[in-house]
Amino acid sequence: MSQELIIQRPEGLYCPQGDFHIDPLRPVPRAVITHGHSDHARAGMGVYHALGDGAEILRWRLGEDIALSEHHAGQGFDLGPVRVSLHPAGHVLGSAQVRVAHGDQVWVASGDYKRQPDPTCAPFEVVPCDVLVTETTFALPVYRWPQTADVAAQILDWQAECGRRGVAAVLLCYALGKAQRLLAELGRLGAKKLWLHGAIQAGVDAYDRAGVALPETRAVKDIEKGEDSAGALVLAPPSAAGSPWLKRFRGAQLGFASGWMQIRGNRRRRGYERGFVVSDHADWPGLLQSIEDCGARRIIATHGDSAALIRLLRECGLQAETFADLRDGA
Amino acid sequence: MERFAALYQRLDRTTATSEKQAAIADYLGQADPASASWAVWLLCGGRLRGLVRSGELRSWVATASGTPDWLVEESYSHVGDLAETCTLLLPEPDSEPPMRSLTVWIEQHLLPLKGAEEEPRREAVISAWWALPYAQRLVYTKLLTGALRVGVAQGLVQRVLAQMSGLPVATIAQRLLGDWTPSAEFHAALLSIAPQRGDRAQPYPFFLASPLEKAPDQLGAIDDWQLEWKWDGIRLQLIRRDGELALWSRGEERLDGRFPEIEQAAAELPDGCVIDGELLAWRAGEALPLPFSVLQTRIQRRKPGAKSLREAPLRLLAYDLLEIDGRDLREQPLAQRREQLGDLLQVQDESALALSPLVAADSWAAAAELRSEARNRGVEGLMLKRRSSPYRSGRRRGDWWKWKIEPLSIDAVLIYAQAGHGRRSNLYTDYTFAVWQDEALVPVAKAYSGLSDAEIGRLDRWIRAHTIERFGPVHSVQPLQVFELAFEGVNRSPRHKSGIALRFPRIARWREDKVAAEADVLATLAALAR
Ligand SMILES: [Zn+2]
Ligand SMILES: [Zn+2]
Repeated sequence: MSQELIIQRPEGLYCPQGDFHIDPLRPVPRAVITHGHSDHARAGMGVYHALGDGAEILRWRLGEDIALSEHHAGQGFDLGPVRVSLHPAGHVLGSAQVRVAHGDQVWVASGDYKRQPDPTCAPFEVVPCDVLVTETTFALPVYRWPQTADVAAQILDWQAECGRRGVAAVLLCYALGKAQRLLAELGRLGAKKLWLHGAIQAGVDAYDRAGVALPETRAVKDIEKGEDSAGALVLAPPSAAGSPWLKRFRGAQLGFASGWMQIRGNRRRRGYERGFVVSDHADWPGLLQSIEDCGARRIIATHGDSAALIRLLRECGLQAETFADLRDGA
Repeated sequence: MERFAALYQRLDRTTATSEKQAAIADYLGQADPASASWAVWLLCGGRLRGLVRSGELRSWVATASGTPDWLVEESYSHVGDLAETCTLLLPEPDSEPPMRSLTVWIEQHLLPLKGAEEEPRREAVISAWWALPYAQRLVYTKLLTGALRVGVAQGLVQRVLAQMSGLPVATIAQRLLGDWTPSAEFHAALLSIAPQRGDRAQPYPFFLASPLEKAPDQLGAIDDWQLEWKWDGIRLQLIRRDGELALWSRGEERLDGRFPEIEQAAAELPDGCVIDGELLAWRAGEALPLPFSVLQTRIQRRKPGAKSLREAPLRLLAYDLLEIDGRDLREQPLAQRREQLGDLLQVQDESALALSPLVAADSWAAAAELRSEARNRGVEGLMLKRRSSPYRSGRRRGDWWKWKIEPLSIDAVLIYAQAGHGRRSNLYTDYTFAVWQDEALVPVAKAYSGLSDAEIGRLDRWIRAHTIERFGPVHSVQPLQVFELAFEGVNRSPRHKSGIALRFPRIARWREDKVAAEADVLATLAALAR
């Protein structure tokens, strides 16, 4: 039995040989952070190891005074006897896969990742490994993403239609990553009249500081109450749905940009007029492609409903399991 | 088809009636007449039947997409809609889709699938899947499975057509009743301002009663009201015109030929008369009608045999007269119509075509007393109809009320759950409930409605965390949650393991204060069965 380089502990993924955690949920002395989303980057760690690209984001989310050790992509550093390196995951700006090498073994924890091009972050890098700990947010074959440029064009059509109706188009999307990626894609198509909710504005500012080029936008708080919002495309976080903030856009249509919008029932149940299928996670073909590309013979699935993927990988002769399977001795 | 798919998408995206109406009007205004006719038929709930079986679609989509069968099932259970699952499992085509109208797709591609061998059907479906982009693939597959489910009320379609043609909605509604085959000619006739021949065999739109939710004394003096029993049967319009007889159910289904005893009795009616009434199973000489389940055995039988006629003889209880001597009486006050109905049926054979008796009560208190005995009389309560009211159409509140007896209720345990369809596809919303028989829980009812959205969400999470086993889409759950079910009655049913079937079960309350052991026992229900 070879040794396990990454195990799951209550506080998060842990490397016993190097005595460090990956994306821990509770304060620990040494944390390797894959990216700035709140389910991955938490406050209170002794030292943060992350890609330099994402430094602005981590400081925005966690504060200026965190002890941040910035690393270049692909450049190894030692934590105890373990050699660690961070490699672009293509998920959001500064997102990384964590490569952990010890003895004759290489493990990779993917963090969140996607295989689609994204103008606001470095593309996913294939990192050969023996064991891949992969995310499985969208692990069913019904999830296949359309071309982002096509979705951006649909969003522009919708904005124009709302303009003809004399109302605003309010597009709900995550404030970190998704919003900036959409803005960049929309900017390529020449989108105008892009307005931002405060939460999105804060994310855009962080991307600005990191030097990512985004199209011209205006903060809703700087816009006079009387100004006509017809035809404006307003980006807001999902929490804005049903909030009093939305009241100033009377009659506005609501759209949501997310991989979950692939299923009609999800959109209808939440009462959005429009759902736009755009995700920063790997779709089903992206998951399979990445598993194949990295050459791992053993796959540990985490972060989502992984039963179908595990069964399929096992049928293909790979060793596939979840951390729960390992814990239960299955 | 591209335009029809766009219409489907527009309807799917909105809940606003005005927007739906505009979308339908836009489509019908642009489409060729035959496609417009098909669209109207589909929007009114028409389904293409018997083209493919659901099992075939699943296995074909597995082949076409290179997905293992179990993974197709897994995907279906996640998405909750088979047509949508197939659509999502298949890739986008590389080339431009064929430009074919909705009519060509239906008449030349879909309808010929019926009765064909599996091989050519499979090839036809798979090649259509490969050719069509997402929106059209979804509509195409929905047509294959029969259910379009666009969430459009028939009344809305009728209003659009009335607006297009300048005809009254009632005329459009009449012309759309019953079985019709979509075509350019039908569409032209539907919208034509000239009177149409078929109009004559058509029923009038039914006037429906609303449930009484207030105290009856708020309706004013009881003398202004006509009281009748609320029968537990099937609403029927009997039309005698031009020497012919037509029987129409409220579901706008023509039922001629199924009820020879009714037709025989009606043959004596004068030409040009239309009667509204309730069909019941009732043996001559008995005080109570037979239960609804007995009537049901007759509805499904197109040509009843001697045994069926003997065991479940039918009677039509007439309560309204809509036409006499070819004159439309609907604008006359109910009291006048009723008088003429009495004159007409005096001469009729009492057993198969009878007058629904009036219930006499000189005060609302006396009426309430009579209503409380309803269950013993085999009726569901009282009907309250304003004597001065015209015969309106649809469910218009104010003149006709159904004052039903309170429903019965039991406490039962949730044992199975299944994902809902359509809007509820990712939630477990279809529940099976059981009661105790000795040490075992026996399923007695399925119920879908009655919980709030918040409760549905909470129960969904509970179900996911407490699943014992999965049989395809069905999860068996730990028998811990108790629900109060309301229902209208209990029928004996040898088809069910429990030997009984609840009528109209629905969830009244989630009894989180109760434990499973406190749920009811089967014997309680068996005692209520008829
Ligand atoms: Zn993330
Ligand atoms: Zn995540």
